[in-house]
Amino acid sequence: MPKVVVDVMPKPEILDPQGKAVLGALPRLGFDGVTDVRQGKRFELEVAGEVTDEVLARVHEMAATLLSNPVIENFTVHVDEAVADTPDVLS
Amino acid sequence: MKVGVVTFPGSLDDVDAQRAVRIGGHEAVALWHGDHDLHGVDAVVLPGGFSYGDYLRCGAISRFSPVMTEVIEAAGKGMPVLGICNGFQILCESHLLPGALIRNDHRKFACRDQRLSIDNVATPWTASYTQGQEVTIVLKNGEGGFVADTETLDRLEGEGQVVARYVGDNPNGSMRAIAGVTNERGNVVGLMPHPEHAVEDLTGAGTDGLGFFTSLAAAAFA
Repeated sequence: MPKVVVDVMPKPEILDPQGKAVLGALPRLGFDGVTDVRQGKRFELEVAGEVTDEVLARVHEMAATLLSNPVIENFTVHVDEAVADTPDVLS
Repeated sequence: MKVGVVTFPGSLDDVDAQRAVRIGGHEAVALWHGDHDLHGVDAVVLPGGFSYGDYLRCGAISRFSPVMTEVIEAAGKGMPVLGICNGFQILCESHLLPGALIRNDHRKFACRDQRLSIDNVATPWTASYTQGQEVTIVLKNGEGGFVADTETLDRLEGEGQVVARYVGDNPNGSMRAIAGVTNERGNVVGLMPHPEHAVEDLTGAGTDGLGFFTSLAAAAFA
């Protein structure tokens, strides 16, 4: 099944308390050298049939309407070919 | 007046809001999120809680429930709409109000009696207060940080669309200490603290929240 991935990230100027909490935990665990963490969301949409430009346009619309809030978040859309082609190693 | 209170899956404060509406002198009408009509109400309250489990973003899924289509249309025609806490989040997600609400800057759930100043008394929900009046009502939220871009914040302040501001400590990192805003027309109000929990001496920090519910009558007959 082809997969379309929507990545949603808080806008750079918006405070990200989740990212801040992770950033605070890293050095406590001995992971030094990280200066910032931003936490976002990833949506994997399985679509029926081929991923045409029309399908991608609809996904953009979904992302702008429901999956992200344009006031506080940015999003990107891409097709995940690797996921679609890789055999499931766990099965 | 007939005041509708919407119950979404996950609403918590709908019954408190109905009670506050009655104590404020109105008839409370229970509305369901799946309703396709507003049953002839004169105003609508979107109550606090965790509608749709706050999945995706607070208020994001509720905004597309059937009743919200009706609420958005009625709000566009001037019907008074008050969103409290989760209701405020739903109104922002609906684009009926500007800005958005994000997780508290200190990352903790805040629950306290909160001092507020009422900075706009020209809305149907605040007409019972005096300009700049300080009140104490309950605040309880995990994602109550009001954010907007600088241009929007300047416009809100310039046009008097800031309805209420936090006095003293900012409980959630809201930009410019904004606790509540209204739309350009002034009929839609979002407020993060909970006036419906401050309408009786027995169960709260006092009755300072009652004005949000008595204001409707004052606004109607003004």
